[in-house]
Amino acid sequence: MAFEVILKKPEALTEREFTYCPGCTHGIIHRLVAEVIDELGIREKTIAVAPIGCSVFAYHFFNTDATVAAHGRAPAVATGMKRARPDLYVFTYQGDGDLAAIGTAEIVHAANRGEKITTIFVNNAIYGMTGGQMAPTTLLGMKTTTTPYGRSAENDGYPLHVAEIIKEARGVAFLARTKVNTPQDVVKTKKAIKKAFLAQIKGLGFGMVEVLSTCPTNWGIDPVSALKWLEQHMVPEYPLGVFVDKVGDEQ
Amino acid sequence: MSERVLVKGTEAIGEAAIRAGCRLFFGYPITPQNELPEYMSKRMPEVGGTFLQTESEVATINMVYGAACTGTRVMTSTSSPGFSLMQEGISYMACAQLPAVIVNVVRGGPGLGDIQPSQGDYWQATKGGGHGDYKLIVLAPSTVQEAVDLTYLAFDLADEYRNPVLIIADGVIGQMMEPVTFPEFRDLNTLPNHGSWALTGAKGREKHIVVSFDIDPYVLEKMNLELVEKYKKIEAKEKRWEEYKLDDAEVVITAFGTVARIAKSVVEQARKEGIKVGLFRPITLWPFPYERLEEISKGKKLIFDVEMNMGQMLEDVKLAVKDHAPIEYYGRLGGVVPTPDEILQALKSKLGR
Repeated sequence: MAFEVILKKPEALTEREFTYCPGCTHGIIHRLVAEVIDELGIREKTIAVAPIGCSVFAYHFFNTDATVAAHGRAPAVATGMKRARPDLYVFTYQGDGDLAAIGTAEIVHAANRGEKITTIFVNNAIYGMTGGQMAPTTLLGMKTTTTPYGRSAENDGYPLHVAEIIKEARGVAFLARTKVNTPQDVVKTKKAIKKAFLAQIKGLGFGMVEVLSTCPTNWGIDPVSALKWLEQHMVPEYPLGVFVDKVGDEQ
Repeated sequence: MSERVLVKGTEAIGEAAIRAGCRLFFGYPITPQNELPEYMSKRMPEVGGTFLQTESEVATINMVYGAACTGTRVMTSTSSPGFSLMQEGISYMACAQLPAVIVNVVRGGPGLGDIQPSQGDYWQATKGGGHGDYKLIVLAPSTVQEAVDLTYLAFDLADEYRNPVLIIADGVIGQMMEPVTFPEFRDLNTLPNHGSWALTGAKGREKHIVVSFDIDPYVLEKMNLELVEKYKKIEAKEKRWEEYKLDDAEVVITAFGTVARIAKSVVEQARKEGIKVGLFRPITLWPFPYERLEEISKGKKLIFDVEMNMGQMLEDVKLAVKDHAPIEYYGRLGGVVPTPDEILQALKSKLGR
């Protein structure tokens, strides 16, 4: 009886061990991106742009050419790459501090220009790397190290809905918000990521997936509770859905 | 050989960049350098290049970073406040060893300042400007022809040393029209090959990483020391300066860029009045030609440093001259351009005449 390989590490991931905390869903999202790159056969023509934040080491994890952008500037860096080499595929991988706070200008304008790049936006409602401070996406009432009494609308404003802002930009070719706290949602997220890459490959414009993700360490709960917490608290604030899809169904 | 054409400084820099093989320009409007991006927006499509007006100088420099990661010749230009906004990105580029050419058409400062010609960014240009230990190669033209030649050279220096190169000018050089001869168009197939490090897709090779980062201080220190070695090489090979009527000079004016061309008139007038004055003009502000200035200063009656700032290059002049000669400074600030007459009067008063 011959053995058959039914599951293996994607070629688009290196052998480096992830630096993410136990239960963090960054690892799942990394794998999905890598599987999509493999399936599209673009690993040798892809450049990854890592952000500042927990995923700063993404440049080690993706088995593609890679850089790290200054905090929030990944869409600008990706723009420079894509304009220099339109024949390559460029994606940014950014957290909510990076993309939704310091990098709001760059993401809005990259989307509006219809920059032919792909952005994976990981929203876990908190700054992870720096130790659990409030993010623009932190929920009202949520306690962080800089909102010890809970985020108040009066002092801190409201959770920022990035996908809803970006969807108004006419250069966007694919835009969805997904989550990765159940197996079914992992499958849906992969489909969305694939379309966000196809938007670029087909030259249609800017593609982005906002992925609701967990941060058990800084939320101060165990990994399984974090998956439930995401469902109970983040999904009502950040409705899932496909906001823009110019890619269509034929793939 | 190309014919001589009458052209404005900013446009001359743009055309020289295109002839050097630059096909990518990112920029954000700021006075007094807008003619350069405007020229590029018209010219780039004609040569199959790309011009992109960005949302900010912060975005600009990071686009330059991204393009440079692919080993492609890329350029931007800005003016002082915009140059300040670019500093973080320039620091990243210096650490990641990325070649690119940046033009700063300096205006009066600090703060919003004004839009008149100034040399107030000398420290920012030559002493770092952003965070961390790094150096830019800094070229300071004093004529439009020299702006052309140094722009053409800047791309080669950036590629050779994998280092950002800064061209520092001001509104006088930028707005002035002078006849220039442009260099030939660079054959794009002869541009330096960055295949050993650039991000071009990991086809048939290990992945390339271009970063300004390592979490391990011992590794980061190695990266720093590699830069230090590179800077030593640049210091040994790339110092450039001009000496003007120094053979019999008793007084040496030190000045760069716009002020240096004004100083040439001062030299002529002073000599008519019997004062033997010459000019020492650094062309590379970094690396600064310390050794040559030291040699020249020996036995001189006076080293007279003239700048359009509060005496920024003066610090380097002092480092070079040491105690070989007395040093005096004269400057105008806030965007005021000194006249030859006032410089001469100031010089005479320092000489007690």
